[in-house]
Amino acid sequence: MNVMDTRATSAMLYLDGVHVSFDGFHAINNLSLALEPGEMRAIIGPNGAGKTTMMDIITGKTKPDEGTVLFDGSVDLTRLDETRIAELGIGRKFQKPTVFESQTVQDNLLLALNVDHSVRGTLFWRGSKGESERIDKVLETIRLTDARNRLAGSLSHGQKQWLEIGMLLAQDPKVLLVDEPVAGMTDVETHLTAELLKQINKNHTIMVVEHDMTFVRELGVKVTCLHEGSVLAEGSIDQVSSNERVVEVYLGR
Amino acid sequence: MTPHILTRSLDRAATTFILIVAGLGVLIPLSNLLMPQGSMFQVPTYLVALWGKYVCYAILALSIDLIWGYCGILSLGHGAFFALGGYAMGMYLMRQIGSRGVYGNPVLPDFMVFLNWDKLPWYWYGFDKFWFAALMVLLVPGLLAFCFGWLAFRSRVTGVYLSIITQAMTYALLLGFFRNDFGFGGNNGLTDFKDILGFNVQADGTRCALFLLSCLALVIAFLICRAVVTSKLGKVLIAIRDAESRTRFLGYRVETYKLFVFTLSACMAGVAGALYVPQVGIINPSEFAPANSIEAVIWVAVGGRGTLVGAALGAVVVNYAKTFFTSGPLAPYWLFMLGALFILVTLLLPKGIVGTFNAWWEPWKARRSAGIAADEESAAREDGIGAPNPAE
Ligand SMILES: Nc1ncnc2c1ncn2[C@@H]1O[C@H](COP(=O)(O)OP(=O)(O)OP(=O)(O)O)[C@@H](O)[C@H]1O
Ligand SMILES: [Mg+2]
Repeated sequence: MNVMDTRATSAMLYLDGVHVSFDGFHAINNLSLALEPGEMRAIIGPNGAGKTTMMDIITGKTKPDEGTVLFDGSVDLTRLDETRIAELGIGRKFQKPTVFESQTVQDNLLLALNVDHSVRGTLFWRGSKGESERIDKVLETIRLTDARNRLAGSLSHGQKQWLEIGMLLAQDPKVLLVDEPVAGMTDVETHLTAELLKQINKNHTIMVVEHDMTFVRELGVKVTCLHEGSVLAEGSIDQVSSNERVVEVYLGR
Repeated sequence: MTPHILTRSLDRAATTFILIVAGLGVLIPLSNLLMPQGSMFQVPTYLVALWGKYVCYAILALSIDLIWGYCGILSLGHGAFFALGGYAMGMYLMRQIGSRGVYGNPVLPDFMVFLNWDKLPWYWYGFDKFWFAALMVLLVPGLLAFCFGWLAFRSRVTGVYLSIITQAMTYALLLGFFRNDFGFGGNNGLTDFKDILGFNVQADGTRCALFLLSCLALVIAFLICRAVVTSKLGKVLIAIRDAESRTRFLGYRVETYKLFVFTLSACMAGVAGALYVPQVGIINPSEFAPANSIEAVIWVAVGGRGTLVGAALGAVVVNYAKTFFTSGPLAPYWLFMLGALFILVTLLLPKGIVGTFNAWWEPWKARRSAGIAADEESAAREDGIGAPNPAE
């Protein structure tokens, strides 16, 4: 890891000239993007634009062929694995909600809590009042208090989405990568999710991928449109949605 | 929120299991030693030894269930750790024979004299001491599992690939131990044991003591497994089993967790093997046969994967059936029956005996307690987000 005082950028997340290809297919093409600390950024783009792949790169799941990926201005994420990146404080919600289905809602949150994650720490773990209070608070925030003892696998799709957001809250990372949080939610739930993300944004940096334009509009943040693995347009939602090339890409499908 | 480790790991089923094992561990030896020979209340010595063998298998099954049932690591080579523990004990027993061997050599076991070796190979040093052998029973399987696991888990070898290389591991050991120049008695293995800690291994008293010790080891192994699976670490293991990559993204070092349980499990298998050898009176390379390891996995599947009690039960039930059938006219067909049993269990009882029982019993229990609770609790309490719409 680089020395902390040699910050190359002020950005919390910084991608520059990133390339990824899968068997010759260029999923990410010269992608450059910067997220300032405390910022919330919405990422839009047609299917296959590379939005999820970008999150895979940031979280260490996919190694880029080329390019720079920096966290906090100095940490080279391309050299670290998923665990280390999560430890640094990058949390992720997956496009397909991924919770631990055979465990209770409460245990899912317990597993996500950012406490000692070593073998010894978990083997001799004895919960504390502070921990259970945090879990209670998250349960309240995601409105699953009454479902705390239910198996996560028995939740509805929307509830799983919320549980996964709750896991992010419990993890309390510096940066949250949220992939399609409102897929399968009702309008009311979508609205609540937007409110929740805005709330979380008060002290976290967030990158959120979403197709639902009402939702993106409600967030009211800077929008980046990806297409064929690179940035097509960037700006306010009105600027981006009136951009000719963006319109073309979306209508041309 | 977190009860004491004992209350946490000892639910009713676990307590019942321990009481039964402990009860048998005491009653069977007592009946063998105190009841008059031939009386219907006397358990004959050969049965004590046979059941002692089952108990050792139950420990092996527990060790497999710990990694397979709770962490999703399907080892098809656990028989190797069992056999290594067995060999470590066998080496001690060989050296106890001393000059009572056929060739009367005070130091060299018979097979070495037969091979015209003039001195003890270095790796046989220390095995004349029980404490050293006991240490090796844990250390050798543990170290092999640690090295093997370190390589495999770090390279993220999982699923069927991992199963295959564990098979290869036990097969390689099988070939090695078959060789005379390997120094472990080759084809014949180690046998003709005389005594253990000064007691004649054939004596009724020794057999009863070994049986009791095996039951004790089963209880301890069970308690260790329960402590592990009911801790937060157990939740992490299940998380790894169900969604390994998700667990990584939460900041857990998955390979370290796997390495920990795999090594722990190998040590348990080693102890099982060490208790097995003095009771059956022989250890030879066939214990490394890949089929043995697969059979042990079948016990766990039959009893109920991820239940611990089921694993132990499966080991006893299947081996009892094996003894029953292989001593009768159906003997040549045992392997077919075992195969058929496995297929039937997979199709009809995918959760195994205990798993199926739980699936049937728990909702019933829940309904009964819910019936009581429903009167007190208002119907207004509904689950989380009201009527979510799963449409996409
Ligand atoms: N591991 C992989 N192997 C091969 N191709 C891949 C892999 N991962 C992604 N791709 C391809 O890369 C492209 C970008 O995929 P990605 O999932 O990042 O798109 P997305 O923008 O998230 O789309 P969506 O809106 O549908 O989620 C797609 O064409 C996909 O098929
Ligand atoms: Mg996607």
